[in-house]
Amino acid sequence: MKKLLEVKDLSVSFDTFAGEVKAIRGVTFDLDKNETLAIVGESGSGKSVTAQSLMRLIPMPPGKFTGGSIHFEGEDLTQKSEKQMESIRGQEISMIFQDPMTSLNPTMTVGKQIAEGLIKHQNMSKKAAHDRGIELLKLVGIPNPEARIKQYPHQYSGGMRQRAMIAIALACNPKILIADEPTTALDVTIQAQILDLMRELQEKTGTAIILITHDLGVVANAASRVAVMYGGKIVETGNVDEIFYNPKHPYTWGLLGSMPKLDNEDEELQAIPGSPPDLLDPPKGCPFVTRCPYAMKVCENHMPEYTELSDTQKTACWLLDERAPKVDPPESAKVGGSKVHG
Amino acid sequence: MDNREKLLEIKDLKKHFKIDRSNVLKAVDGISFDIFKGETFGLVGESGCGKSTAGRTIMRLYEATAGEVNFHGENVHAKKSKKELKQFNQRMQMIFQDPYASLNPRMTVKDIIAEGIDIHGLVNTKKERTERVNQLLETVGLNTEHGNRYPHEFSGGQRQRIGIARALAVNPDFIVADEPISALDVSIQAQVVNLLKRLQKEHGLTYLFIAHDLSMVKHISDRVGVMYLGSMAEIATSDELYAEPLHPYTQALLSAIPLADPEVERSRERIIVEGDVPSPINPPSGCRFRTRCPFATDICAQAVPEFKEHKKGHWVACHLYDEKYKDNFPAAQK
Repeated sequence: MKKLLEVKDLSVSFDTFAGEVKAIRGVTFDLDKNETLAIVGESGSGKSVTAQSLMRLIPMPPGKFTGGSIHFEGEDLTQKSEKQMESIRGQEISMIFQDPMTSLNPTMTVGKQIAEGLIKHQNMSKKAAHDRGIELLKLVGIPNPEARIKQYPHQYSGGMRQRAMIAIALACNPKILIADEPTTALDVTIQAQILDLMRELQEKTGTAIILITHDLGVVANAASRVAVMYGGKIVETGNVDEIFYNPKHPYTWGLLGSMPKLDNEDEELQAIPGSPPDLLDPPKGCPFVTRCPYAMKVCENHMPEYTELSDTQKTACWLLDERAPKVDPPESAKVGGSKVHG
Repeated sequence: MDNREKLLEIKDLKKHFKIDRSNVLKAVDGISFDIFKGETFGLVGESGCGKSTAGRTIMRLYEATAGEVNFHGENVHAKKSKKELKQFNQRMQMIFQDPYASLNPRMTVKDIIAEGIDIHGLVNTKKERTERVNQLLETVGLNTEHGNRYPHEFSGGQRQRIGIARALAVNPDFIVADEPISALDVSIQAQVVNLLKRLQKEHGLTYLFIAHDLSMVKHISDRVGVMYLGSMAEIATSDELYAEPLHPYTQALLSAIPLADPEVERSRERIIVEGDVPSPINPPSGCRFRTRCPFATDICAQAVPEFKEHKKGHWVACHLYDEKYKDNFPAAQK
């Protein structure tokens, strides 16, 4: 069975005055209907560049594809012309952004912004697009949509703007919705509302979601599968239970360990020492080598291959090589503790 | 707890901003609490609840509209002369949220850190100054040669360390940390929080830690105050607040935090509060949370709930816990 989206060995670089920044270096993942794939990582790990590449939103130049492919329903998006991409963006794949204030057009009414895609992609009349707009606003839970549709973004609150953005993104029933830190700018009570809304909409429409975030709580809440990115590479991927209860990569351990847990007290947080690698001159071997407490000689010069731990979980770490010493994950990386996983 | 020395006493503090001729934004509208010596007091709430304004008014970065802030028994807002203020400023320092905006890009790190030392004349010779700066850089985990560089050469986490070194430079007793880790990556947040905790132990510091990330606040704070729309909803020790939140807003806030545990997330019952925070220009009458509160009844619109000590050390402003109004909430389960 062909997957909805297959990304293979994708690499993207940016030419800058300082040199070539290798933002992502060989990223491979796939996505199917009804799935929510979370891409987690720190700033500079390449998660947003990955998301933007799928929509071909990376300005080229200075950006460029340096390898790999993005197959969407069997067609390679990296080979499409700008014109062809226009019929995919918003129609087949759409995106919601982190900051709903700067990503909505302040000079257009919300209704007009929803109608834009409908008129362009689905040849709807203005009237039909307006009616569909009201329906969409109702769908995303905006009260009094008949009046709200005529308003401008500044008349909306932060949470409502994000709802409006979701309405715009869903207008043409896209097959994939990319959400780049959709709740980071929102308060927790609003965040809970938006995450619920996204889940509800997915149940209704079957849209596949790619969720870009750095918040492991959001991942645990919303994702079915997870890809952990570091230094432009996916270091570990698996379904959400595998990543939280049976992580194998020291960086995943570090991430889980640096989260404060609500139920335990006074323990020092397990911070990951140091800072992320410079992608102008990425390490030859594993990108995590400089911060990894278990780093070995081999890690410096050779990127580890993926070890398949299950049908879904793949981890790129030399510790999983049979010649490596056996290392158990630190206590701090253990989540829940109620379940034993083998 | 009662025999602990009060470092700071905040009494009915108000800070109103005039928007135009007829509108006043009541950012902080009558909050009272104490901060004990050596503790970390966490102040949480959503954006616009007035937590940052409260922090800044306590520091006297803003003049209070009404109320008192007593620091070491002296009213901060009564001080007038420059000399008095200078003395006070040395004892109270602030760490800001945005490590990019809060460091002067045209000054070297050394001069940024030493600015307070120079103003207060804490050293006599250039050599002493350098020594002190180097010592501070090492304290916060930076290298001494970093002193000659400029802020843009540092990452977010490193910049926040510079901000911390600057705050420590004048040997303060009390530090207001306004969302010091919000702009940082998760793995770096843990580094900075650990650093703050270590410094507290070593220097006997008292913190007011302002944040919206409740799990981090729980981790670092001894006691936590929850603000909503300019008023204080609840104060308790952090363990008690998380184990037994009384105010419906605190309950909703805690239940909204997504936990990094997929199984818990799947089985959890959430209290989802409807709608958005109302405008502080024209807040709801009575209890400010009533428009979103699942338990609200008529009385909540009529009377402002008193901020009362429900249990020892656990304060809450909610009619649900007021004997007087017991009959107004037949349906409430508590």
